[in-house]
Amino acid sequence: MGMEIEENFLYTKEHEWVSIEDNIATMGITDYAQEALGDVTYVELPEEESEVEQFEQFVSVESVKAASDIYAPMAGKVTEVNRKLEDTPALINKDCYGKGWIAKIEVRDMDESTNLMSAEEYRNYLDSLH
Amino acid sequence: MTVDTNLHNTPLADAHVALGAKMVGFGGWNMPLQYESILAEWEHNRKTASLFDCSHMGEFMIKGDAKESGLDRIVTQPITDMPLNSCRYGAMLNDNGGVIDDLIVYRKGPQDWMIVVNAANIEKNARHFRAHLNAGTYFEDASFKTAKLDLQGPQSRDVLKVLVPGIAKLSYYTFDQFQLSGIPCLISRTGYTGELGFEIYCPWEKCKEIWQTILTHATVKPTGLGVRDVLRVEMCYSLYGHELDETVSPLEAGLDKFIDGHKDFIGAKAVSARPVRRTIGYFTSTSRKSPRAGNRIFDAGNQEIGIVTSGTFSPALQAGIGIGFMDRHSKDAGIEIFFGDEKNKAAAIVAKRPFYKNGSLKS
Repeated sequence: MGMEIEENFLYTKEHEWVSIEDNIATMGITDYAQEALGDVTYVELPEEESEVEQFEQFVSVESVKAASDIYAPMAGKVTEVNRKLEDTPALINKDCYGKGWIAKIEVRDMDESTNLMSAEEYRNYLDSLH
Repeated sequence: MTVDTNLHNTPLADAHVALGAKMVGFGGWNMPLQYESILAEWEHNRKTASLFDCSHMGEFMIKGDAKESGLDRIVTQPITDMPLNSCRYGAMLNDNGGVIDDLIVYRKGPQDWMIVVNAANIEKNARHFRAHLNAGTYFEDASFKTAKLDLQGPQSRDVLKVLVPGIAKLSYYTFDQFQLSGIPCLISRTGYTGELGFEIYCPWEKCKEIWQTILTHATVKPTGLGVRDVLRVEMCYSLYGHELDETVSPLEAGLDKFIDGHKDFIGAKAVSARPVRRTIGYFTSTSRKSPRAGNRIFDAGNQEIGIVTSGTFSPALQAGIGIGFMDRHSKDAGIEIFFGDEKNKAAAIVAKRPFYKNGSLKS
């Protein structure tokens, strides 16, 4: 299947993406994840200023038929959440790597990025799922 | 795509895959979940006309007098007074008053009946009929030679009358025998969506031809079981395995209207002897967060008062909606309740059925 993958982002096995600039990690869910979920109808956003650990569940994304847990790709403090998702959760379906971003995290330990996959590794990982 | 070989296929399984459907197992059958987005399919069904493959459902043919055959004792609804070519919804119960299945009785002749049942229950239902129909009564499980297509939506009549002019005269919950492209079909004005619609029963081997003929109409789109569930929850229709099962009394499940209190059907005494401690209730989430089957229901004082049996996001209300068994004193419309678990609860308001009030069902 021709799933879209952003070349410069990092990825988790749970299909979150992360884009790190300076010490801020912007995260969301991948094209594969939004396609599997279908129409996103609700996003339970984390509290701003809350602390999260790497791979800790901190967001819930609901589609018409089911709810899915979303995990923090990096540990740190949640500095900003995408409030547009409250009224327009479909942004995740329309533009998962752009306007459908979910949260920004102030990264505590940059070394944790070694626990994530590159675009190429994620592409191979997706291939291994089918 | 992986194919579960333990699942039955309808005559359209290949056609669904060719149309790009996501397939899922449902009630022992390999069925289309969705062809495009569920929200887009919802919009199409509520505004135009959508075609569902419901060939997985079961059809039993029975010949005999309603009372002498034993049929009248098996089903909860009155049938002796049914006009010819009418349908009537009801259920059949076990000796404890639990629901074996919900069903629709079609009266094809004075002594000629078709019973339509849920796919997952075909075998156990057939056993129940064979055990309780009187000797000499003709019974046939025609489920694997009778296909069913549902054409539903406000424009369904306009679409279908081009192919079958006679259907324009069908009133709600009636049926007749027709020819569609030269194929004999039984068509009823029934459905499970809350919209004007028709169920087309046809020979298994001719189903694909009828499916393709109807889909050539520009306004009709194929639609999967995913949206079918959203549509039925918006209408507060019960689904076996969710609101109904062998432990649930039809009075708890809100089927009172479909029970003939004057006849001695199987399970009648048990039903009237059973205390009704909980009943089915309906509620609307105060946010876009949707309740899910298995969520617990709490009152404003944090007392657990019930359990969610069905929940979904409602595109009509742009909010979560739920159906569940609730303490009978806590289900008056307007009361605030909460759904979820001990740690994570979301607010909802008890509602009156149906959630969706603008359907074209009886237009």
